[in-house]
Amino acid sequence: MLAASCCDRRMCVCPGPRRIAIPVRSSRLPLLSDAMPAPAHLFPLIRNCEISRIGSTACYCHHRHLCCLSSHFAHSHFRYAPQKKFAALYRPKEHFNHFIHTRDYASTPQRFYLTPSQVNSILKANEYSFKVPEFDGKNVSSVLGFDSNQLPANAPIEDRRSAATCLQTRGMLLGVFDGHAGCACAQAVSERLFYYIAVSLLPHETLLEIENAVESGRALLPILQWHKHPNDYFSKEASKLYFNSLRTYWQELIDLNSGETTDVREALINAFKRLDNDISLEAQVGDPNSFLNYLVLRVAFSGATACVAHVDGVDLHIANTGDSRAMLGVQEEDGSWSAVNLSYDHNAQNEREVERVKMEHPKSEEKSLVKQDRLLGLLMPFRAFGDVKFKWSIELQKRVVESGPDQLNDNEYTKFIPPNYHTPPYLTAEPEVIHHRLRPQDKFLVLATDGLWETMHRQDVARIVGEYLTGVHHQQPIAVGGYKVTLGQMHGLLTERRARISSVFEDQNAATHLIRHAVGNNEFGTVDHERLSKMLSLPEELARMYRDDITIIVVQFNSHVIGAYQDEEL
Amino acid sequence: MFLRLLSDIQWRAAHPTWRRMTSSQRSSSTTAEPQPVALPAQAQVVICGGGVMGTSVAYHLSKMGWKDIVLLEQGRLAAGTTRFCAGIVSAARPMSIELKMAHYSNKLYQQLEQETGVQTGYMKTGSISLAQTQDRLISLKRIASSLNVMGIPCEIISPKKVLQLHPLINIHDLVGAMYVPEDALVSSANVSLALATAASRNGVQIHERTCVSHVTIQKGRVTGVETDRGRIQCEYFVNCAGQWAYELGHSGEEPVHIPLHACEHFYLLTHPLKEPLSSSLPTIVDPDGRIYIRNWQGGILSGGFEKNPKPLFTEGRNQLEIQNLQEDWDHFGPLLSALLRRMPGLESLQIMQLVNCPESFTPDMRCIMGESPTARGYFVLAGMNSAGISYGGGAGKYLAEWIVNGYPSENVWPLDLKRFGTLQSSRTFLRHRVMEVMPLMYDLKVPRWDFQTGRQLRTSPLYDRLDAQGARWMEKHGFERVKYFVPPGNDLLDLDHSKTFYKPDWFDIVGSEVKCCKEAVCVIDMSSFTKFEISSTGDQALESLQYLFSNDLDVPVGHVVHTGMLNENGGYENDCSIARLSKRSFFMISPTDQQVHCWTWLKNHLPDDSNLVLEDVTWKYTALNLIGPRAVDVLSELSYAPMTAEHFPSLFCKEMSVGYANGIRVMSITHTGEPGFVLYIPIEYALHVYNEVMNMGQKYGIRNAGYYALRSLRIEKFFAFWGQDLDAFTTPMECGREFQVKLDKGMEFLGQEVLLEQKQNGVYKRFTMFILEDHDTDMDLWPWWGEPIFRNGRYVGKTTSSAYSYTLERHVCLGFVHHFDEQTGEKLVVTTDFINQGEYEIDIAGQRFQAKAKLYPFSSLFTQRRRKDEVELSGYQRE
Repeated sequence: MLAASCCDRRMCVCPGPRRIAIPVRSSRLPLLSDAMPAPAHLFPLIRNCEISRIGSTACYCHHRHLCCLSSHFAHSHFRYAPQKKFAALYRPKEHFNHFIHTRDYASTPQRFYLTPSQVNSILKANEYSFKVPEFDGKNVSSVLGFDSNQLPANAPIEDRRSAATCLQTRGMLLGVFDGHAGCACAQAVSERLFYYIAVSLLPHETLLEIENAVESGRALLPILQWHKHPNDYFSKEASKLYFNSLRTYWQELIDLNSGETTDVREALINAFKRLDNDISLEAQVGDPNSFLNYLVLRVAFSGATACVAHVDGVDLHIANTGDSRAMLGVQEEDGSWSAVNLSYDHNAQNEREVERVKMEHPKSEEKSLVKQDRLLGLLMPFRAFGDVKFKWSIELQKRVVESGPDQLNDNEYTKFIPPNYHTPPYLTAEPEVIHHRLRPQDKFLVLATDGLWETMHRQDVARIVGEYLTGVHHQQPIAVGGYKVTLGQMHGLLTERRARISSVFEDQNAATHLIRHAVGNNEFGTVDHERLSKMLSLPEELARMYRDDITIIVVQFNSHVIGAYQDEEL
Repeated sequence: MFLRLLSDIQWRAAHPTWRRMTSSQRSSSTTAEPQPVALPAQAQVVICGGGVMGTSVAYHLSKMGWKDIVLLEQGRLAAGTTRFCAGIVSAARPMSIELKMAHYSNKLYQQLEQETGVQTGYMKTGSISLAQTQDRLISLKRIASSLNVMGIPCEIISPKKVLQLHPLINIHDLVGAMYVPEDALVSSANVSLALATAASRNGVQIHERTCVSHVTIQKGRVTGVETDRGRIQCEYFVNCAGQWAYELGHSGEEPVHIPLHACEHFYLLTHPLKEPLSSSLPTIVDPDGRIYIRNWQGGILSGGFEKNPKPLFTEGRNQLEIQNLQEDWDHFGPLLSALLRRMPGLESLQIMQLVNCPESFTPDMRCIMGESPTARGYFVLAGMNSAGISYGGGAGKYLAEWIVNGYPSENVWPLDLKRFGTLQSSRTFLRHRVMEVMPLMYDLKVPRWDFQTGRQLRTSPLYDRLDAQGARWMEKHGFERVKYFVPPGNDLLDLDHSKTFYKPDWFDIVGSEVKCCKEAVCVIDMSSFTKFEISSTGDQALESLQYLFSNDLDVPVGHVVHTGMLNENGGYENDCSIARLSKRSFFMISPTDQQVHCWTWLKNHLPDDSNLVLEDVTWKYTALNLIGPRAVDVLSELSYAPMTAEHFPSLFCKEMSVGYANGIRVMSITHTGEPGFVLYIPIEYALHVYNEVMNMGQKYGIRNAGYYALRSLRIEKFFAFWGQDLDAFTTPMECGREFQVKLDKGMEFLGQEVLLEQKQNGVYKRFTMFILEDHDTDMDLWPWWGEPIFRNGRYVGKTTSSAYSYTLERHVCLGFVHHFDEQTGEKLVVTTDFINQGEYEIDIAGQRFQAKAKLYPFSSLFTQRRRKDEVELSGYQRE
């Protein structure tokens, strides 16, 4: 599947002739027509017309296939350059019109739409909620809990998410990871990064204790308590390898024992860098097990951004690498909602980032460093895990690829060296860390991959989540009092109030609610079921053109506890 | 005195505003003087609570001749839930005891105005229960069947007829309805005042504005009541404190657990219609829309039981009277929609008020009455699940009888406080459970539903093992028990879709479990059963048990005896198996829900002797029931001991080793009549023994089975279960268990006289087994229990349990047959000939099926030869 997933809009590095897999397509045609009469098959018409379209416009740039650089760039530029946002918004409609036109010939047009419950089951498939357990009826944590959810556009999804409670230190870790060129790197980072962070935060004695336990084969102290959706998996095969790398790390930490208390900012930065380093090293060293060997290479050659929050009491640290984003939802005194950014995107729109990259390389490369808003004209995020193509020297890349397994050698992408590649590394995983002291008015934190931020402004995100979390309580209760109200009037009033909050009621999960808005919002900022249904009924192959993977974590803070912290200090 | 009270009440009822203005100056209704009348220093009975329950108990006690009664009310009479009650008196109740209470209440209220002179607002309007679905109509038809045989007029009517009875109703979505013409409306507060007036005339002292702080209990007996106005010594205390009953029960040093919890309940009052509604218009109940609608002063009163109830007072909040809580229109919205859908013509009707009136609910939707298991003389009547006015009269009467006679005149076990243990009185449990119970009021009640909240509290140590193997669970007395095991890859319907009155989706699954019990061997975890040990230093244990049990317990050590624990009327208080472990100690197994009741009964009846020890060992043992012909092989291989009938006869008990574990109590009983054993395993060995049994059993085709299989087996063998078939009003003679009664055991025992008398003169009802003849298992409605039995076209009794027999391939119903005199309706002696010479029909939701009556089980079903008196006829389980 590496071939199929290597080309996405983040990184389009496909040299050579256009490769549209026409044989595969045509072989699918009879299959699809077989499937058509079956009522269980929901969208035969789309697939059918898609195929006819591909047949007629033979060279449509399709994201899941290797494609030529120029056409892809044209397309990417068209969609993702910010100033062309409106154009991007219109494109889907054109396609839909096309489909709808085709649909006219069908005898059962209603099949085209998803019912609300089908929509809900798609939206809710990956939702997860965690509520910090209460002891004796009281929650003493500054976090009430979190909601998270993902909506795939790629198949398989390339986003990952993680959440865990630190057991040997205080605090909770939450993160979203946006993979590119496959999901291998994002998967590895989602499994490993929190362990690196937790270990970096551990005091010397605890590290010693853990090391002694491993040494003598005793049971280990658990470091993290994971909060995982059943779909969030861990790779069993690589766990030993990952563990050994982690152990080497803590052994070094023990040797380095500085005696100082651990600073969260430093811990985060060290953990990020160390993990990226380990990913790189593991790929260079390889593994005798051929499956693992291939895995570590895929991890290293793919990439991932990371946006991680560490919450401990009122101290909130955000460590960000890449273009996912953390945003704080603040409730003003008048009850309205505003958004505070807690991370900076590392991409071409961030001038400081562009400056940084330029500073790190000779003046001669200035022009080739950032092209078409991409690093070396290829990569959208300016910082990322993995992506050794942008980190290793050409010699190292060639050596590893040549000695690597055949799958790697057959892959055009891995062999390809970025143009104007003179002074690697061009890419780093070092995060920018922002510290924020939580205040009682800070009600929630949203961590999300760029799939969300492309479609919604942060101000809208703050409002939608804020209103969702406060929910119906915000509405004034109705009292009849001495007024003359008829049953019919009251009924109308209540129906209207319900409609206003119905989309809130539909979701038990703030992240789901946000995705519903992100995908289904119409020009008035309200969820349009028809639009939602269309967006979600796109076949796998097309979905990626209209939206990106979306991953969201909404952390809800406990204002009472945060208020109490403040009072203590006063 | 009472005249003054009477005029006072009437006057105040007519001038409610005055009442509010002057309430601060007036402290007692029994006097016009500023100082309240002093409380008496002692009384025989103190009743706490001046709502319809408290006044009804006072009324009935005084009617029965008890005069030394004090009724205390913290605020004013009829000021709590009673004041806000919607005032609908309806007999349309699914349970027979509830139906009887409501029927009696209706008759009582009807003549109350004449008796007391207090206007009660009684109006016989009738009620119509609407059905929007066929399933709902079936449930109404079942109620109609039982109302009809009770002599309460009731008919199933078409939607058109509904329109004739009530012109405002939209009938387009209806499939039918049930009309009960004698149901009535009352003003509940006035009913309560009328009862108080009558009680007061009979000498009951009523004190308002008197708060009970706690009840003093010494040596397990009520000794007095502490109030904010002093102490009253008393013999009996009756807690009728409504939603405060839980708190009051917990206020003393020795808590009395009364599991109930309040929920907000909303109803709407409107101004009169342009053409005011007639006060005789029937009350509408639309359970599918979750609402009820009655006429009210020319307008309507409409409330309901919403899906998302709002529990309150979880932490307990006492207040003098229930203030009118916040109106919550958003919450009421769905019910308002249902109302306008049912009566679209009301759109322009003006709202007067949305009333928020808390109601108390209980964990199983049945009210709570009876004596506390821990404090004698402490009685409770509360938790009416918003049917207080319907039950008020009847419940008060039964409780008064209970106090005066020691037992009520009807079987009230389903309502007995002792059906609960302390475990149901956790606040969290109650809060969660009542949120499920309140919507259930109007949910469709199909056979075999289980509560979903407050589960997994008491579990067997094997719970996880069984669960992983596909176990589906039900709960009894807080204990999780397996219904059946879903084989891998075999998906059942989800809960909502599995509700049916017809053949359930587990039919084949249970069928294969039954088959395995018949042909190979099955394991059923029966750990929930109540287990007691009784031992003594001398012969005290044997002597006391010989007095309390009807069978002869002076058997050789190692024998197991099935016996009833009878009351003085010969009725079953408990039905159990007792193993004689040694000369001086006995092991007693009783049904799961007997844990509190049986303990209390034994405590109250055993002599106060420190050499006689009674211990509850329920939690110490895991019980595995090995049922089937190959159980012998499995057990003998695991124990290296011969288990054949020569070495281990039926009804035998021996401690032996199973696998590595020692000290397992093995009994050759199965509670089903099939061959096999029950293993009582100290819990730490439970997993080991289970694993060994399953491993060893593999070659004999062993599999797990659940209670549904057990039930099918026991019913086809005509085994009566206590709580389901047997109750305190049934004697061994009436259910064919003479062989378990040893009248000549040389010792007097409880109930002996009645049994002797019955042996000589015959019995007035007889437990009978019915095999449905023309019933199509796939197509017809399934019997449940409570179906009327007709003999030669005349009603003779009701079924008590039923199951499909996979062996007979027929449904089997068990029930009691009476012989009512054709002219007078008087109960006559039921003879064997009377049973055998009738043509029988069972009425399932109005449809009658032919049935064959049998007084003895099919002998062909018994594959093993046994002595007749050893035939195991006991069991302990209820669905």
